[in-house]
Amino acid sequence: MTSRPQAADAGTAPGTTPGAGPVASEGIGRAREVRYYALRGRKVMISGSILIFFALFALVGPLMRPGDPNAFVGPLASPPDGDWWFGTTTFGQDVFAQFANGLRTTFAAGLLGGGIAAIIGMTVGFVAGYRGGAVDEVLSMVTNVVLVIPTLALLIVVTAYLSARGVMVEALFIGLTSWPWAARAIRAQTFSLRSRDFVDLARMTGVPGRRIILSEIAPNMSSYLFLTFILLFGGAILIAASLDFIGLGPTEGSSLGLMMYNAVAWGALPLGLWWWFIPPGIGITAIVAALYVLNVGLDEVFNPRLRES
Amino acid sequence: MLTLDRVTKTYKVGSFGGSELRAVREVSFSVAPGEVVALIGESGSGKSTIGKMILRLLEINGGTIRFEDTDVGKLTGSALREYYRRVQGVFQDPFSSFNPVFKVSHVFDLVRNSYFGDASKAAWQARVSAAMDTVNLEPGQVLYKYPHQLSGGQLQRLLIARALLLDTQFLVADEIISMLDASTRIDVLNLLGDLRERGLGILFITHDLSLGNYISARAIILRRGRIAEMGPTAEVFGAPLHPYTRMLLASVPQLHAKWGALGAEERAGAGWAPSASEPCLYHALATPGPVAGLAEVGPGHFVGCVNPLDDGSCGRSASPVS
Amino acid sequence: MSLKVNDLRVYYRTLAGDVKALDGVTLEIADGEIVGLAGESGCGKTTLGNSLVRLDSRMKMVGGSVELDGQPLPVDDFEAMREHRWKRVSMIPQYAMSALNPTRKLGQMVREVLEARGVRYADVRPELERRLDLVGLAPAVLARYPIELSGGMKQRMVMVLSTLLDPSLLVADEVTSALDVSSQRAVAQLLQSFRDHGFVRSMIVVTHDVSILYQITDTLAIMYAGKLVEKGPTDEVMARPRHPYTRLLVSSLPEVGVRYDEERLSGIPGSPPSLLNPPQGCRFRDRCPLAFEKCVEEPPMRDVEPGHPVACWAVDATGAPA
Repeated sequence: MTSRPQAADAGTAPGTTPGAGPVASEGIGRAREVRYYALRGRKVMISGSILIFFALFALVGPLMRPGDPNAFVGPLASPPDGDWWFGTTTFGQDVFAQFANGLRTTFAAGLLGGGIAAIIGMTVGFVAGYRGGAVDEVLSMVTNVVLVIPTLALLIVVTAYLSARGVMVEALFIGLTSWPWAARAIRAQTFSLRSRDFVDLARMTGVPGRRIILSEIAPNMSSYLFLTFILLFGGAILIAASLDFIGLGPTEGSSLGLMMYNAVAWGALPLGLWWWFIPPGIGITAIVAALYVLNVGLDEVFNPRLRES
Repeated sequence: MLTLDRVTKTYKVGSFGGSELRAVREVSFSVAPGEVVALIGESGSGKSTIGKMILRLLEINGGTIRFEDTDVGKLTGSALREYYRRVQGVFQDPFSSFNPVFKVSHVFDLVRNSYFGDASKAAWQARVSAAMDTVNLEPGQVLYKYPHQLSGGQLQRLLIARALLLDTQFLVADEIISMLDASTRIDVLNLLGDLRERGLGILFITHDLSLGNYISARAIILRRGRIAEMGPTAEVFGAPLHPYTRMLLASVPQLHAKWGALGAEERAGAGWAPSASEPCLYHALATPGPVAGLAEVGPGHFVGCVNPLDDGSCGRSASPVS
Repeated sequence: MSLKVNDLRVYYRTLAGDVKALDGVTLEIADGEIVGLAGESGCGKTTLGNSLVRLDSRMKMVGGSVELDGQPLPVDDFEAMREHRWKRVSMIPQYAMSALNPTRKLGQMVREVLEARGVRYADVRPELERRLDLVGLAPAVLARYPIELSGGMKQRMVMVLSTLLDPSLLVADEVTSALDVSSQRAVAQLLQSFRDHGFVRSMIVVTHDVSILYQITDTLAIMYAGKLVEKGPTDEVMARPRHPYTRLLVSSLPEVGVRYDEERLSGIPGSPPSLLNPPQGCRFRDRCPLAFEKCVEEPPMRDVEPGHPVACWAVDATGAPA
């Protein structure tokens, strides 16, 4: 963080100091500034629209085709038409229903997996960074151990013991394995904030450590925490899709990865059933890409130094 | 009121904590109610470490710090919270002392939540306005602003007011005016003088000799974690006994007398060391005084070894001085 | 005349509008003269020093001119200034010693700086070693990394490097602020000796510490809210300050020997005006004890005695308050 030499010129408020220039003013001004740059930034607007579109699709889509998305309801291998908007599979399953339900599952896996990872990562990062010393050493060791665990090998072992797997189990697994980088990043941030005098001042007011972390340190890195969650969210979607695609996904229901897995397994590519694998492919790519672009765009909004011009 | 007895702080440094860095070594002194004691030292002297140990922001490795009858090092939980009701601190960087995401009144709210949860709104308001009055601030003009909207001087006054909200009896003021402008720093310093008259004991930590000299009744000169000289301010500054104190005084830029020509030793940037011919007053007297590691040369005026080594010697022959 | 600054105006662009950091400053510096710039933070002293050497992208020059040794200095053209920097004007910026590249040995760094300016390292090596010796550094430091040097040693290194090409003008911005008392004195006096040895022809020293300026400068220029308010021989300004701001500033400075119990100093009430929309007329009038109707008009710099101009309506030609 910033270190000031003794007796540096700091008598006046930065806003009136000529040397300060266009500082990102915190507080009321900051909220307005964030809104201004968020609405003006193309990255945020475009990626946000894509995400909102898919989220609405996931909400509304399944209502338009109620029932089991895996039911055999239509003609076999029919290309998209007026009745079957996204066509049907080799077995006569409705691709639209599968896609709409799959989107739901994908968002659920991302939110849950990313959410669990964020909660673990933040807790470990905050506690390690704030407490320091032996607590930090133990937590950092655990973090590094989880970081190097071969996730896939572990999953294959776990799969062998679980006959029925749902989205919940998948999300839990993703959450439990993808938090370490977040913990390390948050630990570093907490570590530097902890040395600021306002933390000492709160300690001298008898504020317990947990409250200092939650109400003094965390608000100073709220934008950072939000960005971390977005990255974990995108990462979880990608991992979930990969797991589904290699056949380690949920054993019931539908997901975008599972659709791809089935399409490939039943020869959609050689048979030319493009409507079977294109929608889930586009869905995953668009959502994950939009999340990463949103991350970069928001970073520019929160961090004035990255702004263009 | 506050007594330090052979207080020591060591840090483990190097890979695997292999070696030790002794930031503070066997420092003993006390501060009485209504007394301002200046703790003066250059960077690396351990002066801020001592302040942080008194405030229990750092663990004490050796020796004891007592506040009245309590052993500060052993306080935990609610006892520590009660200690903070009576012992408070203000730090160097006012902008770092305030959480930038909150209005400045946040530091007052924390105090209220921790200590005055059951006080009525009117009683609390009265307390706030009394404290703000003491530091010459208009509550309406400053309390509901963000830290960056106020000047460093205003922020330091707010922090002093925060300490006054509690029943503070002892204040650690760590370089509190070194980042302020000349035109406002003296007013904050005078404020410490006013608090002293209310009976507060104040430890004023500074690197600036003229500021330490201005406000304190007693002065402690710290060098590399040890006390080099300690005594009534007028004597320490008027008749310094330790060569290090004399060197500091010769280096201070005065306003009415100019520096002499720079000697060859001072020209070199290697840091100060006492010359070999310098006699060691401490080892010459060699009478165990009331304070460990210091010899009493006049009433309340103590001096430490000229160049203390780790084994307790200074490598000088203990020739008596006349 | 070595340096002539004529009605220089430099503004900072911010989202809220232009901050008029330097609003019409006229200053002349003779050969061999060391001028000290003093004033509160935000008064424009650092801006003035910076704008003579390198105007950064947030600063824009909106008026005035600068002349060095009879030739105009294109201070508002960053690229054109490239060939003047180091050779004719040089600067030791505020955080120079912490800005040394930690991955370069000092000798390598010097070589790169010189070769970027078309000077062969080997040609100046003997002179470099002579000057290092003068500031108490052994030539061996050139084979060391910055981290191996103390703060005072790094500051000496920066001083030698920035004056190696014998510039006409050196701007030293807060070079002593982060140093300990003892190395502060050495660095300040070495700056003076650089002028005596002819390494630089004239020098502007910017610091908030007036007592340092008193020690090493020939002329003192006092700035307030983007303008010069008083300029004169250092001893004269310190002994008989004329501008009410200078008087209050000088009387607020503690020095060793001044004690709170014997003589209570006081600061200057109020704070400087915002430079976004500075008031018309004298900018100090809100805080000035001598202010009267005339002060709504801008006071010109008038000599109260030869070579000692003051911008105040309340000070007449005899120098006494009217």
